[in-house]
Amino acid sequence: MVQICTMIPVAKEVGSLRAMASGGIVSPTGNPELPPDKEKEFRRNLVMQALQILQEDVRE
Amino acid sequence: MAEKIRIVHYLNQFFAQVGGEEKGGIGPGFKPGPIGPGRALQQPLAEYGEVVATFFCGDNYFAEHPQEATEELLRQMASVDPQLLIAGPAFESGRYGVACGAICQAAQERLGIQAVTGMSEENAGTALYRKLVYIIDSGSSVARMAPVLQRMVALGRKLVKGAPLGRPDEEGYFPRGIKRNSFAAKPPAERAVDMLLAKIRGEPFQSEIAPPQFQHIKPAGAIRDLSSAVIALVTDGGLVPEGNPDRMEPGRPTRFATIPVTGVNRLDPKEFDVVHSGYDTASANQDPHRLVPLDVMRELEQQGVIGKLHESIHATGGAHAAVDNATRIGEQIAQRLKSAGVTGVILTST
Repeated sequence: MVQICTMIPVAKEVGSLRAMASGGIVSPTGNPELPPDKEKEFRRNLVMQALQILQEDVRE
Repeated sequence: MAEKIRIVHYLNQFFAQVGGEEKGGIGPGFKPGPIGPGRALQQPLAEYGEVVATFFCGDNYFAEHPQEATEELLRQMASVDPQLLIAGPAFESGRYGVACGAICQAAQERLGIQAVTGMSEENAGTALYRKLVYIIDSGSSVARMAPVLQRMVALGRKLVKGAPLGRPDEEGYFPRGIKRNSFAAKPPAERAVDMLLAKIRGEPFQSEIAPPQFQHIKPAGAIRDLSSAVIALVTDGGLVPEGNPDRMEPGRPTRFATIPVTGVNRLDPKEFDVVHSGYDTASANQDPHRLVPLDVMRELEQQGVIGKLHESIHATGGAHAAVDNATRIGEQIAQRLKSAGVTGVILTST
């Protein structure tokens, strides 16, 4: 499991070690300030990063 | 008469009367004197102290830019020459509690002043900061604002004066993991047997050992072949089908929603609601992909980057979720996904 979130220290504290930075509190996989096509590209990059993290071992 | 203790009060945007969740993105600022709950703080201070200024920051801004927010707040606080920082209390508000803990730790270390905050035991800020900062146990009810502030100020005064502190349960703060030797009336073996007998009889007893931390979770192994992996989307941002048929609660949820997405390439905003009392849901309502990246995942499936997108999105909420409920919901969702042969999960959190 990879968690896309803002408060990474909180995630790690409870054992969610594959935690990565999101697009913000109200839009974890988006950025409302971008035009739609750029926002989707932003989302795609975030998801690709998440999928990459799933393929990596994590040290406890 | 002794000089009054100069106190600064930290509040989030809501308690500082700037606005609600929609103002969660505002940066640091301050107003002179006490604001809102600060007046209940000023009251027990009487002639001992004075709230010289109230500092605030939007909960989202602090969560998203903790270093910048802390730097700016410290800079502003230093300009009023405080001796004591009172932060919150945050009760169950997680972003607020984490911000309170962070600003108290920074004020202690960087400004060299005393700091006290308050929040509930399950607040994320308590786990992160209890060893670093004095955190008064506020419980969960905001109705107790005045008595909680009184406890915070009483502890703060002792810290500023350098007066000896009582035990955590006497002063009302969460144990910090500091051990102090003291003589007890009975030897430890007798105390242990007394405790065991009380426990067997169902009577209350006071443990001498700190409460257990979150249970250790072994992280899953890495996915070796993404192109054959089954990936599921899960969120705690409160996405539900329109009408909320699974009746997921907006706060303190005990349930989760199951959203079928077989053959669905896009989440139509008209077919979904966002049910979550803990953040401004306007942008997620406008475009649910900002919460659950279904559009991108479907494309990646079609392009063969992943083997398969799992047939359902599982969604619950994280607003004031009790740890017990959240754990149970997580286990239930995990069990379903495991039985269905899912190999990886992307969890999106607000």
